[in-house]
Amino acid sequence: MAEVERQQWDVVVVGAGGAGLRAAIEAREQGARTAVICKSLFGKAHTVMAEGGIAASMGNVNSGDNWQVHFRDTLRGGKFLNQWRMAELHAREAPDRVWELETWGALFDRTPDGRISQRNFGGHEYPRLAHVGDRTGLELIRTLQQKIVSLQQEDFREHGDYEARLKVFQECTVTRVLKDGDRVSGTFCYDRESGRFFVLEAPAVVLATGGIGKSFKVTSNSWEYTGDGHALALLAGAPLLNMEFVQFHPTGMVWPPSVKGILVTESVRGDGGVLRNSEGKRFMFDYVPDVFKAKYAQSEEEGDRWYDDPDHNRRPPELLPRDEVARAINAEVKAGRGSPHGGVFLDVSTRMPAEVIKRRLPSMYHQFKELADVDITAEAMEVGPTCHYVMGGIAVDSDTAAAREVTGLYAAGEVAGGMHGSNRLGGNSLSDLLVFGRRAGLHAARYAAGPGADDRPRVDEVQVDTAAAEALRPFSAEGPEDGSTPENPYTLHQELQQTMNDLVGIIRREAEMAQALEKLAELRVRARRAGVEGHRQFNPGWHLALDLRNMLLVSECVARAALERTESRGGHTREDHPAMDREWRRANLLCRLADPTGGLAATDAVRGQIDLVRVTTEPIRPDLLALFEKEELVKYLAEEELYE
Amino acid sequence: MSSYEARFKVWRGDSAGGGLEDFAIEVNEGEVVLDIIHRLQATQAPDLAVRWNCKAGKCGSCSAEINGRPRLMCMTRMSVFGPEEVVTVTPLRAFPVVRDLVTDVGFNYAKAREVPAFVPPEGLGAGEYRMQQVDVDRSQEFRKCIECFLCQDTCHVVRDHEENKGAFAGPRFLMRVAELDMHPLDAAADSGIDRKRAAQDEHGLGYCNITKCCTEVCPEGIKITDNALIPLKERAVDRKYDPLVWLGSRIRRRGK
Repeated sequence: MAEVERQQWDVVVVGAGGAGLRAAIEAREQGARTAVICKSLFGKAHTVMAEGGIAASMGNVNSGDNWQVHFRDTLRGGKFLNQWRMAELHAREAPDRVWELETWGALFDRTPDGRISQRNFGGHEYPRLAHVGDRTGLELIRTLQQKIVSLQQEDFREHGDYEARLKVFQECTVTRVLKDGDRVSGTFCYDRESGRFFVLEAPAVVLATGGIGKSFKVTSNSWEYTGDGHALALLAGAPLLNMEFVQFHPTGMVWPPSVKGILVTESVRGDGGVLRNSEGKRFMFDYVPDVFKAKYAQSEEEGDRWYDDPDHNRRPPELLPRDEVARAINAEVKAGRGSPHGGVFLDVSTRMPAEVIKRRLPSMYHQFKELADVDITAEAMEVGPTCHYVMGGIAVDSDTAAAREVTGLYAAGEVAGGMHGSNRLGGNSLSDLLVFGRRAGLHAARYAAGPGADDRPRVDEVQVDTAAAEALRPFSAEGPEDGSTPENPYTLHQELQQTMNDLVGIIRREAEMAQALEKLAELRVRARRAGVEGHRQFNPGWHLALDLRNMLLVSECVARAALERTESRGGHTREDHPAMDREWRRANLLCRLADPTGGLAATDAVRGQIDLVRVTTEPIRPDLLALFEKEELVKYLAEEELYE
Repeated sequence: MSSYEARFKVWRGDSAGGGLEDFAIEVNEGEVVLDIIHRLQATQAPDLAVRWNCKAGKCGSCSAEINGRPRLMCMTRMSVFGPEEVVTVTPLRAFPVVRDLVTDVGFNYAKAREVPAFVPPEGLGAGEYRMQQVDVDRSQEFRKCIECFLCQDTCHVVRDHEENKGAFAGPRFLMRVAELDMHPLDAAADSGIDRKRAAQDEHGLGYCNITKCCTEVCPEGIKITDNALIPLKERAVDRKYDPLVWLGSRIRRRGK
């Protein structure tokens, strides 16, 4: 095998979205020489698509807000399955992370007294989301990107080299995390533009690769969301947590077909938009579950009064957590009360003057006008659920973001599991990226400079050769018989998306998930024969062929865990087990690679590539439990937990 | 309108050369140019190189020239063309081709580094920033920029004048200077940075002769010329010819 270029860094961050960039900034400020590696151009990460805002209990609009209220809302939203220490750290630290962005140049929308404005969102008791119109993610990414550039400018003044201590490898992909014994030793990467392989040697690797939505047909996610970090962790020997929880955002575009799934921000409802069925009825009033009855309005009049007088009225049920709204829309469509293109109606046109809509929801106005010929200031939008976010992810230590079972591996953002429990509240994602991105960068840098710093892990030549061979396989793929045509990676991808969408989607049934596992096994066999034309220079077919491995691994985790969990909770709805079961609250499902050597030979449907184990979580700390009323806790906690 | 077969010409090649390749390809109701490029990849040209991410006009990755006009492929509806019309897709002309529709946009990242970052005001801690909405409106308009670089591609100062690239930051980064200059709390001046002077002397503001080509192609509808470049020119000129301001800046700089 030809010699592969190697570079030495202290910390390698995989992914350049909100979590990755925040991790990189922190690691560099801690003194670690830090490399960021990302599949797209710098500044294009999926975070730019976040619309509504960053949840942080600054109390700028309603001074009743504080971290305890935010913590409570987060646990309710996640149906108490959250890794509670993460939810606590998140609620406590989010305000500082937002304010810090202002010192780096971010410009949020303002309150009349000049503070950062905060808006209402589903599941949040008070107006809590710092925002910039409906393009908050863009502001977040650009601010972090510009902070990175400013650190590089510092390095240029000091060392004459912008990239002396912080370098972004853009349009590069990591295919393997390399190890020396049980320690991380670096990453194997290829440059998308040239196809050239290279190795970044580093004792600490932070995975911040985002989610898995590209395994589903209808999704709000971009092409990058192929579960790379989830798969890299599995292959390196780290477990994934609660992969059955996948969030279907209630409002994606449903028409025209080519834009199906593109996100319609929750801010539309937060700012007053209402959901109606084909009979014109605001159906969400029929779908308030028992656990939330006390918190939501019973009549349209009360719900409408809440926007102006939130202290004396309850919020409208359009602002229930996303899982509830998505299921309700699904049920309405199924009952024959859907819109012409199979969604329901989301209307702001009768709720706000046109100028207000254009000012508060500019990109929604633009998006519908340009892509669907719909003027949202004059008519209702048609919307339906779209695969949006995975709550499951790499199992991490709450405080340090360290992945379990692999020394030197860290994870932050969507790729990490636990924080959001069974369902994430809108706005809690951007704050999650900042809080745990910073923590991952901090602890990765400390570890890299720590006691073992003189004894850096060594990159094993054999692992590099194996990784290179794996990456090149699509160029020599053959069909089932010698000389026959290899599989088309695009076709395989479409079949995978259809399978996950139809069989492990928003409403799940045992037989369908078993069928999905069989289909996944068939696709795994065929994916090994995925072939590509052309050469290694910027070849999308090749890139997709390599991403298929990750999507298949992650899809199997989702299907297996979903089959195992015989209850409905948050982003996991079983038609055959429709109720939430308090006994399941303490159960976490961990997925590990069946072959601990990182091999991928197993193709049998029943056996598969993933081992699943059930573990019991540690009890919630008493002072945090004390933030809730007893009557509420009995709805979630098992008997023994209540009286411990 | 249902499906029809469209005729496409797509530029294929690399830095060594290339040319337009003909395709006949299915088009369905509601589709955009990027959908068609993806269908070409999936069915006829699996190694056709193209950049894209969000497919919703938010990330600015899928910039190309469609029938000679710089546009985002994800926001260009097929319905704007007649079924008989040949649709020609070529890479951005102002940047070197890498492969097919992918160009080397490194110029933009190099220019981004030349603009000094936001300088936080001294004595104001995190959480203590107070700004009025009217005072941040203008800079917020510029921060809507999705960095698609269509303005950089279309600007005649560099579009066919490679030799100007060294001295000219382009509309996107002149607008970045304007954004920082109009930021209510930017303390650059206190640290000896004169953003207006730099716009003129270091970023080539003088090359811009306000033909508004950049504004016309901006998919975010940012009034780059009217709201960023012209005001920046006015402020730079005031600064240049106002002897009191000039003297003041000399004294302050000397004190540093």
